[in-house]
Amino acid sequence: MDAVIQYAPLLWQGLLTTILVTVMGGALCLVVAFTAGLARLSRHRILRWPAGIFIEVFRGTSLLVQMFWLFFALPFFGIQLHPLTAAVLALGLNEGAYAAEVVRGAIASRAKGQTEACIALGMDPALRLRRIIIPQSIPAMLPPFGNVMVDLLKNTSLVSLVTVADLTFSAQMIRSTTGQTTAIFITILVMYFALSYLLTLLTSWLERRFALDRKALTLQRKENALMKVGAA
Amino acid sequence: MIWDNNFAVSIFPILLQGLWVTVQITLLGTLLAAVLGLVFAVLRRLAIPVLSQVVSFLVVFVRGTPLLVQAYVAFFVLPAYGVSFNALTTGIVVIGVNYSAYMAEVYRSGIQGVPKGQWEAATALSLPGVRTWGRIILPQAIRTVVPMLGNYLIQMFKDSAVLSAITVVELMATAQAIGSSSFRYIEPLTLAALLFLAVSYPASRLVNRLERRYAPQH
Repeated sequence: MDAVIQYAPLLWQGLLTTILVTVMGGALCLVVAFTAGLARLSRHRILRWPAGIFIEVFRGTSLLVQMFWLFFALPFFGIQLHPLTAAVLALGLNEGAYAAEVVRGAIASRAKGQTEACIALGMDPALRLRRIIIPQSIPAMLPPFGNVMVDLLKNTSLVSLVTVADLTFSAQMIRSTTGQTTAIFITILVMYFALSYLLTLLTSWLERRFALDRKALTLQRKENALMKVGAA
Repeated sequence: MIWDNNFAVSIFPILLQGLWVTVQITLLGTLLAAVLGLVFAVLRRLAIPVLSQVVSFLVVFVRGTPLLVQAYVAFFVLPAYGVSFNALTTGIVVIGVNYSAYMAEVYRSGIQGVPKGQWEAATALSLPGVRTWGRIILPQAIRTVVPMLGNYLIQMFKDSAVLSAITVVELMATAQAIGSSSFRYIEPLTLAALLFLAVSYPASRLVNRLERRYAPQH
């Protein structure tokens, strides 16, 4: 256990890098998800087809292959990415492709009457999406988005293989210098577990926050509180 | 010229060998995950004190931690306690156990989906527990699970690339080895990506079709 204490600053640095990669990858993932997901639903083939190919390619191949490709193969085209950039790009694009299907599915499953009502009110397609369809789809998107984010967090461990000094990378370094394999790996397993648990909590908070009948829920809660007071 | 066709053709057979190892890992890993996942799901459902809680926690813990770190633990930590296999076996066990945690959830929802009347009927007929599970509940629960099994099979096929980090010589490790020995990364990595795609895309199409056919019918 003393190796863990002695090298705590290194682990802390690794943890911060892991969080940084998760946050940046998550942000990119959201942008990619909405761009590709909406393009996939477009009426225009010019948008729909490239989005479809992007989604199938990034979902159909391994994240590690994508990351290695960006890190090792891209320099041959004269583009040398910083390891962190390559890692975040691969994570964001890969998980974004999965999340794009979430966006597509959630929007496609909206009740048709909503779109029809918008058309009847003379809303143009952009306004329709922005004001009606997307806000309504968010509650349906949140649970699968939460899963994608937990996946993304766990997959950040792969960035250690392209030399980004995240939690796993730090652990490997400490392991090779101290040889205290068990303590180090148990420690980072627990750290990863705590992080993904936090993400789950965050998702369920957001789910409650964005629930469609939030007002009804708060009313209910107030009532319950009153009942409790009455019972006491 | 950036892309060297002759080089690509020359490394293709070696990559195919790597792909074959990847396929073997996937099939054996899925088999292990399907069996272990079922055991976990049933153990949780039986509500045996302590054991069920331990299993529940293990499932959640495995789902909350990265496959790569789990692989490192199995590869570096377990041998210190006298448990050691070759890299390939370790890899199959790690990925199988990892996916069993996900499969357990799938089975659980399958078991929950079996109407309560089926349990009650089994009790009314005073069927013993083993037969209730084996002849009534599981056959109905697993029907809905089949397409999900296919999805996880494809997911595992892609995830198995992670095992290259613990020296399992599958497709990804093969591509990487070719890259580092020849200093040409474009061809092996691109071909590896295409091979992954060539298997997983048709497979996911097939699973989609299965999904429609095996949709629950009650």
